[in-house]
Amino acid sequence: MKHLVIGALVGGVLAAPASAEMTLNIGYLRVEQPAPPTLSNLDPIPENNGLAGAQTGLADNLTTGKFLGQKYELTVTEVFEDQDPLAAARDLLSASPYLVIDAGPEDIIAIADLAEAEGAVLFNTSAGDLALRDVECRGNLLHTLASDAMRTDALAQVLVKKRWDDLVMITGTHASDLSYAEAVRRSLTKFGLDLNGEKEWAFDADMRRNASQEVPLFTQDFGDYDALIIADEVHDFGRYVLYNTWQARPVVGSEGLTAVGWSPVIEQWGAAQLQSRFEDEHAREMTAQDYAAWAAVRTLGEAMTRTNASDRETLRGYIMSEQFELAGFKGRPLTYRDWNGQLRQPIAIVHPRALVAQAPLEGFLHQTNELDSLGLDRPESKCEAFQ
Amino acid sequence: MIRLTAMFSLLASTAMAGEIWVTNEKDDTISVISTDTLEVIKTYETGERPRGILFNSDYSRVYICASDSNAVQVMDPNSGEILHELPSGDDPEQFVLHPNDKHLYIANEDDAITTVVDVETRKVIAQIDVGVEPEGMAVSPDGKIAITTSETTNMAHWIDTDTQELFANTLVDSRPRHAEFIKDGAEMWVSSEIGGTLTVFDTATQTEKAKMSFEVQGVHPDRVQPVGFEFTAGDTHAFVALGPSNHVAVVNAETYEVEDYILVGRRVWHMDFNEDRSMLFTTNGVSGDVTVIDVEKREAIKSIKVGRFPWGAAYRPTGS
Repeated sequence: MKHLVIGALVGGVLAAPASAEMTLNIGYLRVEQPAPPTLSNLDPIPENNGLAGAQTGLADNLTTGKFLGQKYELTVTEVFEDQDPLAAARDLLSASPYLVIDAGPEDIIAIADLAEAEGAVLFNTSAGDLALRDVECRGNLLHTLASDAMRTDALAQVLVKKRWDDLVMITGTHASDLSYAEAVRRSLTKFGLDLNGEKEWAFDADMRRNASQEVPLFTQDFGDYDALIIADEVHDFGRYVLYNTWQARPVVGSEGLTAVGWSPVIEQWGAAQLQSRFEDEHAREMTAQDYAAWAAVRTLGEAMTRTNASDRETLRGYIMSEQFELAGFKGRPLTYRDWNGQLRQPIAIVHPRALVAQAPLEGFLHQTNELDSLGLDRPESKCEAFQ
Repeated sequence: MIRLTAMFSLLASTAMAGEIWVTNEKDDTISVISTDTLEVIKTYETGERPRGILFNSDYSRVYICASDSNAVQVMDPNSGEILHELPSGDDPEQFVLHPNDKHLYIANEDDAITTVVDVETRKVIAQIDVGVEPEGMAVSPDGKIAITTSETTNMAHWIDTDTQELFANTLVDSRPRHAEFIKDGAEMWVSSEIGGTLTVFDTATQTEKAKMSFEVQGVHPDRVQPVGFEFTAGDTHAFVALGPSNHVAVVNAETYEVEDYILVGRRVWHMDFNEDRSMLFTTNGVSGDVTVIDVEKREAIKSIKVGRFPWGAAYRPTGS
């Protein structure tokens, strides 16, 4: 296990603030998840994926805090495969009720169910699984990472808008591929689109022939369709499908046109500033998981700034109230859904070089908030822990 | 009859000719609009990503924040020639010129710093730590107070211009964008883009005096985002750009009530008036044009195509 505390030194910039100094300690737990082998190593997952975002959020909080006599600390624990994530979570929770988690869905639920986590404020920044926002939700668990369903709903809105309503899908075999494919099916039904063909990508070796020979044959029996959806969340084979399909059709989903919580190509809404701040600090581009961790740390910072309190009842109450709003560089205030703790947020639809659209798309209406056209809306969610 | 003609010519001569200078953020140019013909009469090249723009008090110099060139450029407005650059700190976005015509207060968006530059010696005389992403800048008419608003820290920072130090920091709603002193400095107004509000501070006590919010029919409140604003003659009304709601609000500066909404171009950002403040020119970033508003009638009367992503606007008289 590796521990480090990122310090919170505050310069004497200001004539003495009125309030006494207050410190908020935030725990950050990273549970290593084995990455499956992929055909290409062109885009390695950064080692500090997520953590870097939390550190940028911490820096933002510290700058604001110095004008208010408020300090922040981030205590980071990394757990490797042969170690016990629950012991590490207990340790962190004994020091602070605020915990940002980067782990798989099973570990996240197990942590939320710890006796030490009762009344804590936990943030899921790594698992998009719908169940965590649905039957498996927990009252002490908020989600800053957009759910898979929010992303596939965003994609479906684009498909509707483009009238690409005759769709086929290729699905990988990993758990995250399957849950993404499930979210795709749900979204297509929700938005009245047809899935007219599905194939599984189950090659158990590297491609025997190169992609330009393999993929045309593999996609030939789909017949005609409007767009091909790839469910390949581990980014194994999807990149080889583009421009190699039998039919000349757009590729969407995990590759090609993708719907994401964050992307380096987002520059509007002041996002260029967050991107350049992040890149200066970490010498790489900001990922969706970095963004989720940034939003979690900033959520706590915003709550302490506005309430001038650091106790969990006050902060949680404020975070879930109508007064709370996070300026998240997505063009709208971000808030939490009071039925399942999901951070309500626009979803970017991008290709690797540019932003194509931002969901909710114009025309997708909702009786209270258009952002709730993405993901599990109040009547759809079976979560009861927030009632 | 003769007398009437004489009167008309007198009127015509009092309505001074002028120009509105518009920075085009994604074209690296300035479009100059004639306030008489309402047409673009000149286009000048600038450094990269020009945003904030202002003239000195006798209009002999125009200052331009060339954000991606990390410089404030000084241009001769009569020739369009860039005379020199001022050290500005990184990523200058907005700035304000002290009434002494010497000290430029510049928000350095990427560095959480306000830089004070002497435009004569061309030297940085102070750098002041402020919140994350400083943007809105204002200076009181007596020159004693400068304001920086920081977008992610969500504060107005009050700077004592004698010591160049902060003497107060006041929280406002999310993403404060623009600040102005009015009523001889008695009030200081701040717009909050994501919060969707305008906050009025009492300058003497730095306390909140009033707060206004906006409702545009058919637009979700989240997308009604106040950014730039300017005041009519006598500071009686504010015209407030509401960003992606594509409207400008008219606010009564005495009652703090919103009186009107005017439909303009897409993503309306900043603005300036002509000489007698009978016409208002708003920059509309997404539609790449400038809307001209008849101030008395509160109607949009024309849109003028400029460069890509027009951002700032500043007036200068030319007729005298």
